[in-house]
Amino acid sequence: MTAPVKSGRTFFLRPQDMIGIVILAILLLVVLPLTLDNFRLQFVGKYLTYAFVALGLVLCWGYAGILSLGQGVFFGLGGYCMAMFLKLEASSVENTKIQTTPGIPDFMDWNQITALPWFWEPFRSFGFTTIAVVLVPAFFALLVGYALFKRRVGGVYFAIITQALAAIMTILIIGQQGYTGGINGITDLRTLHGWDIRTDSAKTVLYFVCVALLIGCILLAYYVKSSKLGRILVAMRDKEDRVRFSGYDVSSFKIFVFCLAASLSAIGGAMFTLQVGFMSPSFVGIVPSIEMVIYTAVGGRLSILGAIYGTLLVNWAKTSFSESFPELWLFGLGGMFIAVVLIFPNGIAGLYQVYVAPHLGPLFGGAKRKVTPPAATPPAAGSAAPAAAE
Amino acid sequence: MNAQPVITDAMNKDFVLAVEGLTVSFDGFKAVNDLSFYVDENEIRVIIGPNGAGKTTVLDLICGRTKATAGSIKFKDRELTRMKEHEIVRAGIGRKFQNPSIYEDLTVFENLEISYPKGRSVAGALAFRRDAAVKERVQEIAETIFLADQLDQRAEYLSHGQKQWLEIGMLLIQDPELLMLDEPVAGMSVSERKKTAELLNTIIKNRSVIVIEHDMKFVEDIAHKVTVLHQGKILSEGPMAKVQADPKVIEVYLGH
Repeated sequence: MTAPVKSGRTFFLRPQDMIGIVILAILLLVVLPLTLDNFRLQFVGKYLTYAFVALGLVLCWGYAGILSLGQGVFFGLGGYCMAMFLKLEASSVENTKIQTTPGIPDFMDWNQITALPWFWEPFRSFGFTTIAVVLVPAFFALLVGYALFKRRVGGVYFAIITQALAAIMTILIIGQQGYTGGINGITDLRTLHGWDIRTDSAKTVLYFVCVALLIGCILLAYYVKSSKLGRILVAMRDKEDRVRFSGYDVSSFKIFVFCLAASLSAIGGAMFTLQVGFMSPSFVGIVPSIEMVIYTAVGGRLSILGAIYGTLLVNWAKTSFSESFPELWLFGLGGMFIAVVLIFPNGIAGLYQVYVAPHLGPLFGGAKRKVTPPAATPPAAGSAAPAAAE
Repeated sequence: MNAQPVITDAMNKDFVLAVEGLTVSFDGFKAVNDLSFYVDENEIRVIIGPNGAGKTTVLDLICGRTKATAGSIKFKDRELTRMKEHEIVRAGIGRKFQNPSIYEDLTVFENLEISYPKGRSVAGALAFRRDAAVKERVQEIAETIFLADQLDQRAEYLSHGQKQWLEIGMLLIQDPELLMLDEPVAGMSVSERKKTAELLNTIIKNRSVIVIEHDMKFVEDIAHKVTVLHQGKILSEGPMAKVQADPKVIEVYLGH
């Protein structure tokens, strides 16, 4: 029984993953800051906040097969948590002495609210806020996930319900103007513990913080993917009943990955608020939620790094396209989505896997041979099967 | 309903599985109707019957996939009708589906590893380590199911017969006390069929098995007892020879 069993990886990153992460890190931390001016770099920083959402979608949709069309809700919840903290700091008694009730956010004063609502109170603490950014969306996802997955709601029904949630959340935020800032959102954010976040230097620092967090989240995603849990997610996508009849409570795994995706999105939302300086319902609703799915699809829903590049690329295209032909952008976005569905279903990462990776084989050769001990080589390697896109 | 003395009588013996008064109706149609049968320890029970007799439904009821309308299913004195599917599996019941049900996007090794009964909670799966014990067990099972040289192969590239074996292997690694097989040799080539019969003969040792099968030659080979279902009810039950001689059985099933 001591025959050589392969597949005995102990570290969670394969050499090619590690190289991929290092290349991304060099691109984001060195190349872009050196080649782009501040204005453009801030754009990249903004795009990267969506990459957190795309990362969550790779795990939730790509691996586990749960398509959520409401990730904007979680992005927004994270963003609003951060915005509430920043807004309270910007609404010191001194700054707001012309208001009827000084010391509360301006939009509350405009809506005849005379005392800070109870649920705003804890957001005076930055510690509480950072925890809330991660946990509030996760808790919300837990409720939704528990209600739906325990009842075995899945597939297209789940997608429709999450889409409805995105619509409901937008309506709720707009309707509760006095508590949420309404359609304008929470604006005029100034400082974080006295540090002015509106200056160019602050924005550069925040850009690097955002990249660091993103790389941390990428590593987390790789860890989850390479764990047995990651393989169970893929197995559930393939044959849910087989997993259930192998002794797993399928719904708890679905809830877990949905909550994880929610928390990742929320970190992106919080970084968005910090870098862009406001949060509004326009980042919560159906349209942004679907756009985020498109970023993931274009990049490759089965590839962690692919989704990051997809997000950067689609947003870069959006910005440059909208500068010249604002009214044509939506057609461009739609066209891109159709192309992904019809021509390259595994996105850019899939194209890379089929056309580029085989030529890079010799480069990684030395490293690869260490991973795969002698024995038989599976004939599957080059045939571009769907899950091979990673 | 009035079978009270029979039940108490039955409970005195240590049955692995005791099905009593089991009924399930789909929109008024009773797919399984007041069914009672008992499976002994280490017994191999084959369920036969014409199409639509309710054979697969009985397995679905036992493993919790379908909820019973009435009746009870006791596995080692634990009532299964109120348990969730994964709890039933953890209690020691393994089920093979009619069509090979494996994870095509994963390798043979990973398919078997997922069925390895450890790390079945979310936290457990995150912390699960592929240690020597796991590898050894996977290797051992892979040798039993003739797939030892295919461990790193993606399961979708296996042949139909190999997929059936893989699923049997996935059940085997769970080491269930009661194994339920739904037409394990259907759609197999003659040589695969022979190998499968051989495989089944080795794996059914030391456990109770319920098999649904149409291949009479195969049934004769393995069955300790045969239950013939017809329209959701038991038509006849007993050793193969007795069942084959039963005029009712010949009438509805074997004769045709």
